[in-house]
Amino acid sequence: MNKNMKILIVDDFSTMRRIIKNLLRDLGFTNTQEADDGSSALPLLKSSDFDFLITDWNMPGMTGIDLLKAVRSDEKLQSLPVLMVTAEAKREQIIEAAQAGVNGYVVKPFTAQALKEKIEKIFERVDA
Amino acid sequence: MTEQAHQENLVEYAKTLVEQLESGDAKEAMQTIASLHQQRDHILFQEVGKLTRSLHESIKNFAIDAGNSRVQEEMSRMQDASERLNYVIDKTEQAANRTMDLVEQTMPVSSDLRASASGLKSEWDRLMRREMSAEEFRSLTRKIDSFLASAVDESARIDSNLSDIMLAQDYQDLTGQVIKRVIQLVKEVEDSLVGLVAMASNIDQLTGVKHEFTEKAPVSVEKDIGPEGPVINPDKRDDVVSGQDDVDALLSSLGF
Repeated sequence: MNKNMKILIVDDFSTMRRIIKNLLRDLGFTNTQEADDGSSALPLLKSSDFDFLITDWNMPGMTGIDLLKAVRSDEKLQSLPVLMVTAEAKREQIIEAAQAGVNGYVVKPFTAQALKEKIEKIFERVDA
Repeated sequence: MTEQAHQENLVEYAKTLVEQLESGDAKEAMQTIASLHQQRDHILFQEVGKLTRSLHESIKNFAIDAGNSRVQEEMSRMQDASERLNYVIDKTEQAANRTMDLVEQTMPVSSDLRASASGLKSEWDRLMRREMSAEEFRSLTRKIDSFLASAVDESARIDSNLSDIMLAQDYQDLTGQVIKRVIQLVKEVEDSLVGLVAMASNIDQLTGVKHEFTEKAPVSVEKDIGPEGPVINPDKRDDVVSGQDDVDALLSSLGF
């Protein structure tokens, strides 16, 4: 797994972005950027070459699920690995995210270990 | 005037009215009808008045009485529930950031301590195994001396940061008070609304108004899968997962 990969963290709460950023740093990933909802994330994703997207679901403006769908329908972005980190815990939502092409799903509150495992699993698959 | 007194008055007026009509005293009868109307209006005004007062009280009572005057002053400027809830968001955000600042400051301190200690440990092991020259031993004692001095300072810093982290949790008290107030207001408003509904039915009864209620369209049972935020009561619901293990099981059943 390339520790220098460029990661975009999307969450409307700055504290949650900070927590995820710190956890990623502990895992050795320091090349991170932040956005506070889907509509500010999408232009960033399109204009830059991110390797990984971590997004919340429930955000004002554009939600994470809509961002995921937009990413999957964009020619340039469609194969970008996406990890959802969210408090949304309905079975139907998880199924919807899976059908929309999410690569991993972590429910809040989460542990550093859970985040690490999911990221490793995603990149095992991507690199395989 | 109590409801019963009103009732008795109405009966009294009605009796008088019948008597007046039977004796052909139309003019007096009209006056009695006017009094009946007045009686009804009086009851309405009284009920509306009561409700207005209790609503007004609910709103007026929605003022914080936190312990110290600084907070009180701060609170008195917040006039409505949404402002109060924004205060909760701000306070929790500040506390989270303060805590994370302190953790970020403390982590390198403790990892430096660990790195120094583990370096010394390997040299110490060599000494124990008598693999160390006299020159190396002198250098080790100097290192141990400076390590012990810095360990005292650094662990004091860790202690102080930990105690600041503890203090940063005082938001729980302040936000708890504010949220309790908001809950109380919501409850009072609900009670007042229930009172309003009861009064409306009283008015219907007093005025003899009948409503043609059209059958309500059944509420759409289509499930909403839009975002709903954190689930407050996962143990009482069967449509939500109970944790990461559940998510993993569900995803793996979908072939993930």
